Amino acid sequence: MQTADLLPLVLVLAAVAYGFAYMRSRAVAAPLGGIRNLKALPAYYAARAALWCAIPALIILGAWAAFEGKVIQNMVMASLPAELMPQSAGHASLTLSQISNLAAGKLNPAMVPDGISSAAVLLQELREQSSRFKSLLVVLIAVLGGTFAWTRVAPTINARKSVELTLQRLFFVCAAVAILTTIGIVFSVIFETVRFFGKVPMSEFLFGTNWSPQTALRADQVGSEGAFGVIPLFTGTLMISAIAMLIAVPVGLLSAVYLSEYASPRMRSVVKPLLEMLAGVPTVVYGFFAALTVAPFIRDLALMLGLEASSQSALAAGLVMGIMIIPFVSSLSDDVINAVPRSLRDGSLALGATQSETMKNVIFPAALPGIMGGILLAASRAIGETMIVVMAAGLAANLTANPLDSVTTVTVQIVTLLTGDQEFDSAKTLAAFALGMMLFIVTLLLNVIALKVVRKYREQYD
Amino acid sequence: MTKPGSHAEREGSQAELIRRSLKRRYRKERRFRLYGITAISIALFSLVILFTDIISKGYTGFIKTTVTLEVHLDGELMYLNDASDPEQIAMADFQAPIIKAMQAYFPEATSRADRRELSRMTGSYASNQVRDLLKENPDWLGTTRTIEFPAHDTVSVYVKHSGDPGYSIRLSEQQQRWTDELLSKGVIDTGFNDVFFTSGDSREPSNAGILGALVGSLLTMGITLVIAFPVGVAAAIYLEEFAPSNRLTDFIEVNINNLAAVPSIIFGLLGLAVFIGLFGMPRSVPVVGGLVLALMTLPTIIISSRAAIKSVPPSIREAAEGIGASKMQVVLHHVLPLAMPGMLTGSIIGMAQALGETAPLLLIGMVAFIVEIPDGFFSSATVLPVQIFIWAGSAEQGFVELASAGIMVLLAFLITMNAFAIWLRKRLERRW
Repeated sequence: MQTADLLPLVLVLAAVAYGFAYMRSRAVAAPLGGIRNLKALPAYYAARAALWCAIPALIILGAWAAFEGKVIQNMVMASLPAELMPQSAGHASLTLSQISNLAAGKLNPAMVPDGISSAAVLLQELREQSSRFKSLLVVLIAVLGGTFAWTRVAPTINARKSVELTLQRLFFVCAAVAILTTIGIVFSVIFETVRFFGKVPMSEFLFGTNWSPQTALRADQVGSEGAFGVIPLFTGTLMISAIAMLIAVPVGLLSAVYLSEYASPRMRSVVKPLLEMLAGVPTVVYGFFAALTVAPFIRDLALMLGLEASSQSALAAGLVMGIMIIPFVSSLSDDVINAVPRSLRDGSLALGATQSETMKNVIFPAALPGIMGGILLAASRAIGETMIVVMAAGLAANLTANPLDSVTTVTVQIVTLLTGDQEFDSAKTLAAFALGMMLFIVTLLLNVIALKVVRKYREQYD
Repeated sequence: MTKPGSHAEREGSQAELIRRSLKRRYRKERRFRLYGITAISIALFSLVILFTDIISKGYTGFIKTTVTLEVHLDGELMYLNDASDPEQIAMADFQAPIIKAMQAYFPEATSRADRRELSRMTGSYASNQVRDLLKENPDWLGTTRTIEFPAHDTVSVYVKHSGDPGYSIRLSEQQQRWTDELLSKGVIDTGFNDVFFTSGDSREPSNAGILGALVGSLLTMGITLVIAFPVGVAAAIYLEEFAPSNRLTDFIEVNINNLAAVPSIIFGLLGLAVFIGLFGMPRSVPVVGGLVLALMTLPTIIISSRAAIKSVPPSIREAAEGIGASKMQVVLHHVLPLAMPGMLTGSIIGMAQALGETAPLLLIGMVAFIVEIPDGFFSSATVLPVQIFIWAGSAEQGFVELASAGIMVLLAFLITMNAFAIWLRKRLERRW
């Protein structure tokens, strides 16, 4: 049976265990004079049986399903005769897909060497065996667990305590998923990055000014080396993010100021949701807008002014990214401005300052740390933004300061390197993970600093 | 003693000074206000431009151009005498009867070049359409049938967009004349694009639809919801109600806050390395996409669920504890039901974010060209935003309007979800 079918089966078994334990607890209680003589309500005995039935079985099932494919793959590959043993990772994935296509009946067995077709037979066999063992083991564990808990329905045992403890531990595991995710991210980028630095020296990566990751397919091709200098990607990312921040910070900040200080409640209730709508638009929509409307417009405008502009200019991507970030800046600054104590504002107004003077000389300085935190968060979002730049910025890694030129960014390169042909071992693929690691570190640093600043600022007025 | 007059005089001059500066200060005040209004106008103006641009580009995506022909399914012409024989079907020429049917309107078009141009009036899959019809109804062979074909992309662009500077007309003069004539005869016609809502992707814009991506999105969102909602709520309950204040709890909280701000593409790398690389799961399937999006939305759900739990007043907890409920009973029987509306609202907003997310799905291979409508969690699929991305980057002109039409569909879903969340909050939220 497949994992998808086993999952409901385990749940059904758990329900059955629940029912049996419920009945047994009532039966046990009956001679004693009713369920009030039990240590816990029948539902708790029943729930305990269901948990005993489901949890171990689901753990086994999850672990098996997670590693089944990989283990079978390795066993099949190991069974290949020496002359068919793949030499490279690319070859290995080719052989593997050949074997699995053969096993699925999509390929004519006459067209491949004997070793491959016998491997396909082995693959089929192993899959069936694994599936049989898995089903058997999971059902057995579920039944055993359920039965064990069923035998332990007794008036002297407090089932509520154990059920509650188990639930609490389950809740903890769910909370720990956040840690697991972080660990997963860190390890998935670190491993590949270390392998990448085995192929390309770190100094070349960090300080190289030439990025052309196309490695040659054949050894005798021209320019087969590939260059992995990250500087042009960095400057490209910085340029686009800087343009975005130049749009988003003034517009977002001034909107927030106006909305919190001048706007009538009615205007606020209309404008704020509209601004938030800007934040809810998916990035692919902004990308479409940037690539098909803004970029051609900017190119035509530049031509009219007698300037040379690329049809994938950094300006177009940055401009649209700025629009995307406006609501982010405005809502964060709005929060911060509203957190400034009323007394500061009233004091300034009572001294005869106008509203704008109060804003500029009292509230703004008081809110500055919080606003800086918000701007840092917005910057980290701009740096990590992917779809707008994938669709509207270019692929060529130009080291330029001209916003009308086409530049590329870290995120664009990650997507390009990983959506083309798939070799898990080439420097090209690994480079994407190294870029991912840099991106992760930079955004993490920005976030940590921003959160610290914001928290410190909040404490100041709490 | 100073003279009384001079004091008053000095005061008067100071008041004068202030009065004079007032004008300047008020001017500054007005200017500051103006800046604010300008900023808001810029933001709202961009919103309006964005929406008008999408709608003006995309409404034609909901219109299809069709060519309806009386096709005589002549066996001799197609080299076919038995439509139930798969071998003959594989060899037959299904383009010929379509060209013949077109020639009924333009008898003068007989040269090779003319025939080629005629065949490029109907979409590239017109012959496949005839083949499939004959496969289904072998007895149609030799009869004359009225068949509605999608028009060729170039014809469709000409019909819908002639005069629009954003499109270039790629029809020959002759084809333009033909199209005009067929339009006046009602052979070429426009109508509501039902194909767009009933089919998967295609290389030909007139055959491409959004249903495949829609189903893919639903499957992916299903997985995301099933994982992210229970795990998120459970994590929030633990952190709010049970977590001891120690280093581990602090570490979990820091992790959640940071994950909320990690760029989405990093989650794509995680999915690629862990789910596909380590666990050997297949590429481009909704299960992997759903898992990745679940991890991505988890922080949003946890943060909003915690806020919902926090908003339940302590008096409820104290009352329940007072009549002897255990901590877990207090939480499950009293706090959770009261916090549920807030949790649901936060989750719907998180799901809306996940629905619009593209970047991580590109990395796990959900960007493949997939014609079939996915039929399960393990079949290759794509999702709405990725489909829009694919179409936006396609060469044929017809795909641009499809991409904008797809954006409208996506936005309609997002607006519905957000409106539902707001309605839910208004409806179920309790003020304490």
